[in-house]
Amino acid sequence: MLSTRIIPCLDVKNGRVVKGVNFVDLRDAGDPAEQASVYDQQGADEICFLDISASKEGRGALLDIVARTAERCFTPLTVGGGVRSPDDVRALLLAGADKAAINTAAILEPDLIDECARNFGAQCIVVAIDAKAVAPGRWEIFTHGGERPTGKDAIAFAEEAAARGAGDILLTSIDRDGTGAGYDIPLLREITAHVRVPVIASGGAGNLDHLTAAVRDGGASAVLAASIFHFGTYSLREARAALAAAGAVVRTP
Amino acid sequence: MTSVALIDYGAGNLRSAERALAHVGADVTVTSDPKSIARADRIVLPGQGAFAQCMGALTAKPGLIDALSETVLANARPFLGICVGMQLLASRGLEHEITAGLGWIPGVCRQLQIGPRDRLPHMGWNEVAPHDHPVLAHLKPAARMYFAHSFIVAPENAAHIAATTEHGERFAAALARDNILGVQFHPEKSQGAGLALLERFLNWNP
Repeated sequence: MLSTRIIPCLDVKNGRVVKGVNFVDLRDAGDPAEQASVYDQQGADEICFLDISASKEGRGALLDIVARTAERCFTPLTVGGGVRSPDDVRALLLAGADKAAINTAAILEPDLIDECARNFGAQCIVVAIDAKAVAPGRWEIFTHGGERPTGKDAIAFAEEAAARGAGDILLTSIDRDGTGAGYDIPLLREITAHVRVPVIASGGAGNLDHLTAAVRDGGASAVLAASIFHFGTYSLREARAALAAAGAVVRTP
Repeated sequence: MTSVALIDYGAGNLRSAERALAHVGADVTVTSDPKSIARADRIVLPGQGAFAQCMGALTAKPGLIDALSETVLANARPFLGICVGMQLLASRGLEHEITAGLGWIPGVCRQLQIGPRDRLPHMGWNEVAPHDHPVLAHLKPAARMYFAHSFIVAPENAAHIAATTEHGERFAAALARDNILGVQFHPEKSQGAGLALLERFLNWNP
C-alpha cells in the first residue's frame, strides 16, 4: 500500500533558507543543499524548495542550489516559486528537480497547466494553491504571498487543475501558514473530496497531531511542513511514528 | 569501470539517472549516438511523461531504435528501462492514442485501474514484491520504491513479471526477459535501495 509522504519544505531566498511567519519576519537558517542532504539522510519521502526570491540573481542562485542538491540527494525534489512558463519548468528539471510547483501563473493562466503536463508529464507538475477562508465553507485563492485576491474559488480551481493535468495539488492555507495552529482540515477535506489526484497538506503544522489530522481527517496523501522539522522541534522519525500510531501507512527508510 | 550509455532523447529524468548511476560507479555517457551505444557495456533508457510523446522522441532520433535493437536484442547487452523507459518495451501504448512501442516485451501499456479510495497518479513510495531476479534480489519483502505514474504495462506473458506492486490493482513493478530489465519505479530517486539496484544492474551478467 502506498505510504503517506512526509515532505520537509525549505523556503529559499537568494540561495539561502528562510521561513516566514505568515509570509513575513523571515529567519535565516543556512544552506538549502546542506539542509536537504540532512533530510535525505533522515529518509524524507520528498523534499520541497519554495523560492521566494523576487530578483533575477535570486533565480540564478536557486538553479545552482537545485543542481547542488540533486548532486547528493537521491530523494524526489519539488521546486516552486516564480515558475511562469514551460521554459522555467524545463530549467528546473534540467538543474535536477523532479517536479515543478506552479502557483500564481497556473491560477492566472490555467492553460499553462495543460501545456506543462503535456510537455513534461503530469507526474512532474504540482499545482500550488494558496487559499484563504472567506465565508463558512468557502475558500478563495490568493496570489503574491497571500496578498492579492483572485476571485477564484479554491475547490472549483482544484478540480480544474486536476482535470488540466496537475499530478499533485499542494494546498496551503494562508490563514494557518506559519502559525503552528494546525492545517485547515475543513479546507483539506473539501479539496480531497473533490479531486482524485493526491493532495499535499501545507500551512500550519505545529505539532505531530496536526500531521495525523491532515491524513486521518483531511484525507491528505502527503504532509508538508517547514518549521517543525527545520528547527528540530520534531524529527522525521518522530513524524513517521506519530502517523503510524494513528493508523497511517508510513515508510521505514 | 562499467560504461553505461544513458539514452538521451529529451526525457525529464535524464540528469537524475545520470547522477545516480555515476554515484554507484558507472562511467556514464549521455548519448543518442548509435556508435556510442554499440560500444557501451550497459544501456539505460530513462523516460518520463506520456508513452506516445516518448516513443515519438525516440523514433525521431535517426538510427537510435536500430542501434538499441542491435545492441540489446542481437548483442544481448544488459538493458534497464526506467518508468516510461520500461513502458516503451511494450508492444503498444494506449495513453492519448494507440502508439506502437519497441515490442521487446509483448504487452500493452494502459492506465492503472484504481479503486474508489485510490488516487491517480500513483505517487510516492510503495512496496515492491520482487520475484526471482538477480538485480532485485537485495530488496526486502516490503521494500518501498518511489513511483510517479498513471500508466502500467500488462505483459502478455506473466513470466515476464519480475516484481509486483499494488495500487488499486496488482501490477508489474518490474519486467524482465533475458538481458532486458524494466522498472516502473524510479531507482534513481529511491535512496539507498534504489542506488543498490543500480549498482546490481552494473554488475549483472545475464
